[in-house]
Amino acid sequence: MTQEAPPSGAFSGLAGAVDCDIHPVPPDMRALLPHLDPYWREHVERRGLERENLDTSAYPPGAPINARPDWRLPAGPPGSSLAALQAHLLDPLAPRAAICNLIHGAQMMISEDLSAGLCRGLNNWLAAEWLDRDDRLRASITVPVHSPELAAEEIERLAPDRRFVQVLLLAMTELPLGRRMMWPIYRAAEKHGLPVGIHAGSSFRHPPSAGGWGSYYLEDYVSYAQGFAGALNSLLAEGVFQKFPALRVVLIESGVTWLPASLWRINKTWRGVRAEVPWLDRLPADLVRQHVRLTLQPFDAPPDARSLEVLLDQLGSDELLLFSTDYPHWHFDAAEGPLPAGLPPALLRKITVENPLATYPRLAAA
Amino acid sequence: MARHVVAAVGEIPPGGRKLVTIRGREIGVFNLDGAYYALINRCPHQGAALCTGAIVSRLEAPMPGEYRLAQPGSMLRCPWHCWEFDIRTGQSWCEPEDVKARSYAVTVEPGERLARGPFMAETVSVAVEEDYVVVTL
Ligand code: FES
Repeated sequence: MTQEAPPSGAFSGLAGAVDCDIHPVPPDMRALLPHLDPYWREHVERRGLERENLDTSAYPPGAPINARPDWRLPAGPPGSSLAALQAHLLDPLAPRAAICNLIHGAQMMISEDLSAGLCRGLNNWLAAEWLDRDDRLRASITVPVHSPELAAEEIERLAPDRRFVQVLLLAMTELPLGRRMMWPIYRAAEKHGLPVGIHAGSSFRHPPSAGGWGSYYLEDYVSYAQGFAGALNSLLAEGVFQKFPALRVVLIESGVTWLPASLWRINKTWRGVRAEVPWLDRLPADLVRQHVRLTLQPFDAPPDARSLEVLLDQLGSDELLLFSTDYPHWHFDAAEGPLPAGLPPALLRKITVENPLATYPRLAAA
Repeated sequence: MARHVVAAVGEIPPGGRKLVTIRGREIGVFNLDGAYYALINRCPHQGAALCTGAIVSRLEAPMPGEYRLAQPGSMLRCPWHCWEFDIRTGQSWCEPEDVKARSYAVTVEPGERLARGPFMAETVSVAVEEDYVVVTL
């Protein structure tokens, strides 16, 4: 671990915050080889997969939004250097903890066994190369999202390591996330007190927009908010929160501002059609406020205090938002800082410290 | 408050209803397994003729997939946006404390007693040997 510099610049006043979303990535597939089971290491080498990087097209590293210019590295993809993460973020911010969320092709491969093998390797790599080297780091368990049984096995394997504080899914995969086939993941997560983080993005089994394949990254990226609405509606309608009453869900990189309108719509519609989902026995928005949290960045509200105030009022609770920088993605500049303008001081403390500790029991215990 | 005779007992069978107008107010009178209830014929949501809606059961589920058909025929479903109301109390299924249809007290009384008055019977003629459904309003 490096020396902690005093918090400075745009991060001042944030020491002790919990950063609920940062993105390390492996520099390349070769870095994973030592962390794979021997069988899968040989499999990868025989297929020449170690020459691929398995980036996901949800987050092409070359797209400007996916790395702040001053956080790009001389070599390797943004987010692939622990030393750079320390210099760019951990030392100036001085967080109590920062949660690593890996977005990688491993979690969305069509072959379930290969996907599970690579996810095990990724988790091992993250523990050995990052968590072991900086005790401010925590992580989500990367799982093969299309194989709930194998995902649950990976959760069981890693749950004893208390540095893993969450299970990571993507908003759009093969099935709407509430479907019963996905329940082994929720069962395992609930059993171990691990929130399920649902990250923006897709395994592209269907277009990110419900209307079909778009031509531009702009469309895909903006449509991810629809993907979150769909995932949340599915969790609510399928009764996941009745079945797993202790489950917490964290929507990561959702943009946040789509939520009030979506809740108005589901509340309103529920009143008339609730009989088809009789287990959904209270206002869906109430369940969301009880079970669902959202990371802060990217934050889609216009940059003025009045808009922020309106939005916070519409969210209807000061417990929903969790501080995040989304390092190395580019949502704020060095001079600007990671928080929206006009955040009331009491709320600032909730967002940066209290809400994350309440959401992630393993952080509070640490 | 006055007592209004709205129907002879045999006129509204179990599961049946009768719409009446009392002092200019439209009211639905329901027979649930021999017990009578009255609700205003105006949905608290946007004013639809609530008492003309379908009579349904309480569909419940303590858990996803554990379906229960409870209290058959005890709910009224608004014809416009399908909000459900308990015929016995006027309470909505979704927000029982906050969204309610106005309900009225209903009794069954023998014609003999009614004959002693006072009561109002705008449309029903009362015979001493029969029982009547009476709404107080
Ligand atoms: S008017 Fe009755 S539900 Fe809308």
